[in-house]
Amino acid sequence: MYKIVDKKVMAEGTVCQLEVEAARVARKAKPGQFIVLRVDEKGERIPLTMAKQDLEKGTITIIFQVVGKTTAHLGTLEPGDSLADVIGPLGMPTHIKKYDGPVICVGGGTGVAVLYPITRGYKEAGNEVIGIIGARTKDLLILEEEMKGVTDDLRVTTDDGSYGHHGFVTDVLKQILEERKDVKMVVGIGPVPMMKFVCKTTEPFNVPTTVSLNPIMVDATGMCGACRVTVGGKTRFVCVDGPEFDGHQVDFDELTKRLRMYVEEEKKSYELFKQKHA
Amino acid sequence: MAEKGKQKIPRQAMPEQDPKVRAHNFDEVPYGYDEKLAQLEAQRCMQCKKPQCVKGCPVEVEIPQFIKFIVEGDFAAAARQLKNKNSLPAVCGRVCPQENQCESTCILGKKAEPVAIGRLERFAADYERNHNLVTIPEMAPATGKRVAVVGSGPASLTLAGDLIKKGHEVIIYEALHKPGGVLVYGIPEFRLPKAIVAAEVDYLQKMGVKIETDVVVGKTVTIDELLEDHDAVFLGVGAGLPLFLNLPGENLCGIYSANEYLTRSNLMKAYKFPEYDTPIALGKNVAVIGAGNVAMDSARTALRLGAETVKIVYRRSRAEMPARAEEVHHAEEEGVQFELLTNPVRFIGNEDGWVTGMECIRMELGEPDESGRRRPIPIEGSNFTLDCDTVIVALGTRANPLIPNTTPDLKLNRRGYIEADPETGKTSKEGVYAGGDIVTGSATVILAMGAGRKAANAIHEYLMSK
Ligand SMILES: Cc1cc2nc3c(=O)[nH]c(=O)nc-3n(C[C@H](O)[C@H](O)[C@H](O)COP(=O)(O)OP(=O)(O)OC[C@H]3O[C@@H](n4cnc5c(N)ncnc54)[C@H](O)[C@@H]3O)c2cc1C
Ligand SMILES: Cc1cc2nc3c(=O)[nH]c(=O)nc-3n(C[C@H](O)[C@H](O)[C@H](O)COP(=O)(O)OP(=O)(O)OC[C@H]3O[C@@H](n4cnc5c(N)ncnc54)[C@H](O)[C@@H]3O)c2cc1C
Ligand code: SF4
Ligand code: FES
Repeated sequence: MYKIVDKKVMAEGTVCQLEVEAARVARKAKPGQFIVLRVDEKGERIPLTMAKQDLEKGTITIIFQVVGKTTAHLGTLEPGDSLADVIGPLGMPTHIKKYDGPVICVGGGTGVAVLYPITRGYKEAGNEVIGIIGARTKDLLILEEEMKGVTDDLRVTTDDGSYGHHGFVTDVLKQILEERKDVKMVVGIGPVPMMKFVCKTTEPFNVPTTVSLNPIMVDATGMCGACRVTVGGKTRFVCVDGPEFDGHQVDFDELTKRLRMYVEEEKKSYELFKQKHA
Repeated sequence: MAEKGKQKIPRQAMPEQDPKVRAHNFDEVPYGYDEKLAQLEAQRCMQCKKPQCVKGCPVEVEIPQFIKFIVEGDFAAAARQLKNKNSLPAVCGRVCPQENQCESTCILGKKAEPVAIGRLERFAADYERNHNLVTIPEMAPATGKRVAVVGSGPASLTLAGDLIKKGHEVIIYEALHKPGGVLVYGIPEFRLPKAIVAAEVDYLQKMGVKIETDVVVGKTVTIDELLEDHDAVFLGVGAGLPLFLNLPGENLCGIYSANEYLTRSNLMKAYKFPEYDTPIALGKNVAVIGAGNVAMDSARTALRLGAETVKIVYRRSRAEMPARAEEVHHAEEEGVQFELLTNPVRFIGNEDGWVTGMECIRMELGEPDESGRRRPIPIEGSNFTLDCDTVIVALGTRANPLIPNTTPDLKLNRRGYIEADPETGKTSKEGVYAGGDIVTGSATVILAMGAGRKAANAIHEYLMSK
């Protein structure tokens, strides 16, 4: 069992942060890696990125958006409660190096949680880091302070204009790419459509673009192939080959469809959960 | 009974669920012998002085001896006799291909049908477990040595039992959340009830074996780190990587590897959705590609999940199907259909990205290939579309590179499996041993157990000489 030691609720209860005891995982965690957890005996195995780890306390921190049964269930847990399983660290760490030009880290929605440790990694490696984070509206924005702490320049956008730039992260991205010809790397993480548009935006500028993919997973050790995606015309397993890939090579449409494989079942599961917890 | 009378007793069938009923439930198919049937079958054994059956058994179970105990009605003693050589008789009695092993060499088989050794094995082990007669054996005094066992399939379970009895501290590290390897995630409930695997694991824990699940060796901890606080490491990690066909459309929704399909159903209990959270596609028309045991298990699982039609699609003919005859027979009885001499060429999907069909081509058999089987050759122009909304690819597995990636001094063979001495399991790395599917490629439960036993002996010797 893995004990929850701290909890924070953000973005009007739609996003939640849990700090969980998992010393073995914390010791090995690197930016870009994730865990798989199971809440209880009947639970599904779901992947979540590690936003932070604390070696001394032997804890890891996850930040997740409530989108269905498992994340909703997780959101009801309190410090002192335990998770049945925490497995990791999984996936390849971000290949972080020092570039001789700025790195732009673009995050949308809960993707900012996944982006944050990577941004921190680039900053710690001595890069000039520009951050762009966005949300639908001001109250849904997460980790602004944290992102400010690991970037040289942080831009914020909201779809409805309630805060920061009125529009999409890609508007700001495009503007920066036009102004600064020395951008060496773009990292885009968020909902699939957003990542797709980030890649479309950077393509004409020929700037390498990394995305972090979030397919449905089961074991997350390369054993099942549930997480397969097409990258550059080849099938790759996101859990072991990724989760980060060259965004210009990713078949986002296939990923979108594969993410919808169980919508009916997910709805049913979530409804049953809501009835029980009403 | 006189020898003559014995020979008149026919081989006793095992009562089993009606195929029509069982095709819709996950309960075990055979009920097993009762005491009377078991004793009747046991009496068929000639108690040969030079038992041929033993030669056919990869771990040389003392077959006539255990059968004699059944004749005498001392069923617990029969189970203990079995366990001298085979630590998982309840599992092996169910899943071993006896028809190619002990029963293929049994002397009675020359003239009539061989003794049903597997069924008797299963009976004795079940009797012992169901009557709570399992006893903890005597343990050697503690040696102060610690062994890390990676993976918890049959190779590891056997090795762990052997080493703990010899007085060593044994810790199993398993990547998944439940121990048992293929026995829990692969082989379905209706062939091997999970309660049996759990009882075996429980027994090991009672003997003192520690089990740490959720540890992905190579990620959570490396082999070199394990060697810092263990005196030896055994790798029994199986061959877990699924093979795909690499055909167009293979990533459409509804197309699974057998590993994923079976893991969802067995390990995650998707057949009990929504009581359990993990979903699985409930296809109406299911195509299973391949004809081994894994394909049969997938096909029979699909039926039980409510499929209307389930077709095995195989490029060779019936004679070449690698599955056990019994599995094929059970599948057919339950209503699985066979599209033989047929090979997929691409998958077809709708605008939601779901598979709706599979373009196939008919095959004919040509000259024998390297494997000795006749090579299947496509018949040009014979393409047709097979309608299906779920496809399960059961073409076999490969070695997972997770451990080698972080253990550069571990020698692999050409195919990516770990190189290990077949007699000792010794690898190229000091103190590291390996056995089971990760050395041989996908094989059988009993061969993995045999490898675990040999490695246990070698590790014991190594530890005591250190
Ligand atoms: C490597 C990786 C890292 C991830 N990191 C994070 C993270 O840090 N924070 C976070 O909030 N989420 C993260 N996700 C997504 C997270 O795993 C899913 O949101 C979660 O599995 C949903 O489970 P559920 O039962 O609550 O919802 P479900 O009911 O299972 O799903 C609800 C809806 O969410 C979508 N969905 C389902 N599974 C996934 C999935 N695996 N990924 C994305 N969407 C999915 C589908 O559209 C579905 O209709 C990550 C995914 C991966 C693969
Ligand atoms: C569906 C199916 C049906 C089968 N039917 C039969 C049958 O009827 N009869 C028969 O004799 N054989 C059958 N087999 C084959 C048989 O199950 C295997 O040969 C046998 O289980 C191999 O045992 P093993 O100990 O080598 O490893 P496995 O049983 O494969 O177990 C390996 C374990 O190691 C774990 N692991 C892997 N990597 C790591 C890591 N990095 N860190 C920690 N743990 C790790 C895995 O999660 C797994 O639990 C079947 C196989 C399948 C898939
Ligand atoms: S070969 Fe057959 S008859 Fe002879 S001892 Fe073995 S099981 Fe009995
Ligand atoms: S999740 Fe099973 S192989 Fe990636």
